[in-house]
Amino acid sequence: MNYLHSRTLLFSVTALLLMTVGFVQSWNVALTILNLCLISAVMALGVNIQWGYAGLVNFGAMGFAALGGLAVVLIAAAPVEEAWRASSTQIMFCSVVTIAAASAYFVVTRLFVFTLASKKALAFFTIGIVVVSSITLMGPAIRKIESIDPSLYGYLGGLGLPVLLSWIAGPMLAAGAGWLIGKVALGLRLDYLAIATLGISEIVVTLLKNEDWLSRGVKNVVGLPRPVPFEIDLQRAEWFQHLAEIVSQPVDSFSSIFVKLCFAGLFVVVLALLMWLTESALHSPWGRMIRAVRDNEVAASAMGKDIKKVHLRIFVLGSAVIGLAGAMLVTLDGQFTPGAYQPLRFTFLVWIMVILGGSGNNWGSVLGGFFVWFFWVEAEPLGAWLIDILTLGIGEESALRQHLIHNAAQMRLIVMGLLLLFVMRFMPLGLLPEKIGKVS
Amino acid sequence: MEDLLNAAVLAANYIVIPATVYGCQLALGALGVTLIYSVLRFSNFAHGETMAFGTAVTILVTLSLQGIGVGIFPLPTALLALPVGILATIGLTLATDRWVYRFYRRKRSEPIIFLIVSIGVMFVMSGLVRFLVGTDDRVFDDGMRFLITARDFKELTGLGEGLAIRTSQLITLTTALTCVGLLFWFLEHTKTGKMMRAFSDNEDLALLSGIDPEKIVRIAWITAACLATLAGTLYGLDKSFKPFVFQQLLLPIFAAAIVGGFGNPLGAIAGGFLIAFSEVALTYPYKRLITYLAQSSWEPEGLLQLMSTDYKYAVSFLILVMVLLVRPTGILGGAKA
Repeated sequence: MNYLHSRTLLFSVTALLLMTVGFVQSWNVALTILNLCLISAVMALGVNIQWGYAGLVNFGAMGFAALGGLAVVLIAAAPVEEAWRASSTQIMFCSVVTIAAASAYFVVTRLFVFTLASKKALAFFTIGIVVVSSITLMGPAIRKIESIDPSLYGYLGGLGLPVLLSWIAGPMLAAGAGWLIGKVALGLRLDYLAIATLGISEIVVTLLKNEDWLSRGVKNVVGLPRPVPFEIDLQRAEWFQHLAEIVSQPVDSFSSIFVKLCFAGLFVVVLALLMWLTESALHSPWGRMIRAVRDNEVAASAMGKDIKKVHLRIFVLGSAVIGLAGAMLVTLDGQFTPGAYQPLRFTFLVWIMVILGGSGNNWGSVLGGFFVWFFWVEAEPLGAWLIDILTLGIGEESALRQHLIHNAAQMRLIVMGLLLLFVMRFMPLGLLPEKIGKVS
Repeated sequence: MEDLLNAAVLAANYIVIPATVYGCQLALGALGVTLIYSVLRFSNFAHGETMAFGTAVTILVTLSLQGIGVGIFPLPTALLALPVGILATIGLTLATDRWVYRFYRRKRSEPIIFLIVSIGVMFVMSGLVRFLVGTDDRVFDDGMRFLITARDFKELTGLGEGLAIRTSQLITLTTALTCVGLLFWFLEHTKTGKMMRAFSDNEDLALLSGIDPEKIVRIAWITAACLATLAGTLYGLDKSFKPFVFQQLLLPIFAAAIVGGFGNPLGAIAGGFLIAFSEVALTYPYKRLITYLAQSSWEPEGLLQLMSTDYKYAVSFLILVMVLLVRPTGILGGAKA
């Protein structure tokens, strides 16, 4: 079976799985899964750009996704004007200090020749100045912001702009963070890079959990605006009631399906655009150069490629795509919950998607995103059903049976782990292996 | 004078003792990671879950022991259950090595492949742990809670500040000291230990001298499993057991191992204490301490806390990232970055 056939087959299987859920459970569930599959696919594409194209290990996907989510809050949430008034001078001061310190750093490092060590020391010194002055300046302002009606606001709020703008701002924020992190962490050995990025992403999430003035912390930001209509408005609209009549569906359940379909439409457009971009990039001379760098750094640098620069660019691009996925996720949820970001779900699961799909193959990442998310969600009902059947023999009220059924949700961790282990062992190239084609 | 004594007691009670105990637990964890790193040459992401597994088995055995009324009061029953937990964990690590890692070892795969595989193992183990004991918080310390309570200490010494020492803290300290002593004796003075160090220093030379690599690897896993179960159980006794928290412990442990120098056992211990002391010292509010030291003539404003306690974990990540960037070989020297 050639590559195209297996690709078509595998995607059809996925579609079939989703449709089975539609028929057996409900279309509402199927569409919920589909939407998250689409987001997972985008996130997996981001990790694939870093790991698949360039062999960079980023275990900080969680952090970039969280930053993308933060962008939704900063762009779309209604501004808390009182908070802005209370702190505008301090914020301005802080921005001035930051910009001044950053430009001073750049001017000084451009004007004089430094060794790497002294450059690093200077960078630390600059960052130190910025952090200390921001803390002293912002301290009172932060207390003021957080005391403004804490049960409702207690944070700066956002800019009140259309929420779709955050799908641009999210990637930009994540890319900025990716640039900073890449600048300092790339060049480490792969496993150190993995641990460092994991640590940095934990720091990012800890900041979001605790800096209430920025993100409301664990109090969460709820009620973010949506790019699609609300169910309740649809149910009241006359045209929608007609539409529901035409497809002969009850209005309230159809409205929720309709909203999910709208989201799915938006996500499909984003994914299609992204696929077009990543595929053309991968098969361009630039993409070949990236893979050349991945496969043999020494040879590539002997051909005059600047390895560091290539790695940094790829890291930034991949981070931006992960940030986009994070922004899409928060838009779909309509709320930003910093406490929900866990490395298992937002970093390692995405890695399983990429590796299962086939590292270096964009179609593979999309497929992996669909597949893994599907089983991540469906493992629970499937596991419960399986345990129910397997333990029927030991009696309805047996403690073991109750214990197993109670913990069936944990099946998905085992299933995912075994999936990764089996793929790594028996088909390390994944379901859709990277195509190392002829140069056309 | 009394103020100074009070300050010393305060510092001991809130900084020195908790940080030392936490440092012991981290050091035991980091020793396991570092050992696997130096023999199998990869960062084992499943180590946190190995700790959780050992603790989970220990808890289950503890529960059944309590059920039949066996105990060793004033010591916690968990100590009696510990050998079973250790044996189960040894079984688990040896099985994973046989079924998972050996394949890649024979293929001489890159360390990064091992690392990714260890994530698969991490998923399976965390599922297993949650399957065994569920996701809830469990307190399983049933021994005598305190060696000396704060009130007794105050009555005994007549000082304003109390010093409380919990049994679990003393157990952690003695167990960790014994274990580390045994480990170093094993590495320095037994033939197997010397073989292990030789293997970690130079694999090819060790193979040429007729050292059986599979044996070394087995012993490394057995030692790592013992250390992991001990670290996990001690941490669980001292605080409580929750699968999610043990997953989070992975990073401070990595931080300890890397800060001290990956692959260097002494470094792992130093790193553990460094991380623990920084976490506690940076998040402790110094107000009362300063008031005592200043002979109460001046009362400082605010809590004098350098960082809010929510950032406790972040401190270790921060140290980790800084050490990786500035001195990737760790403070005591280890593997190259």
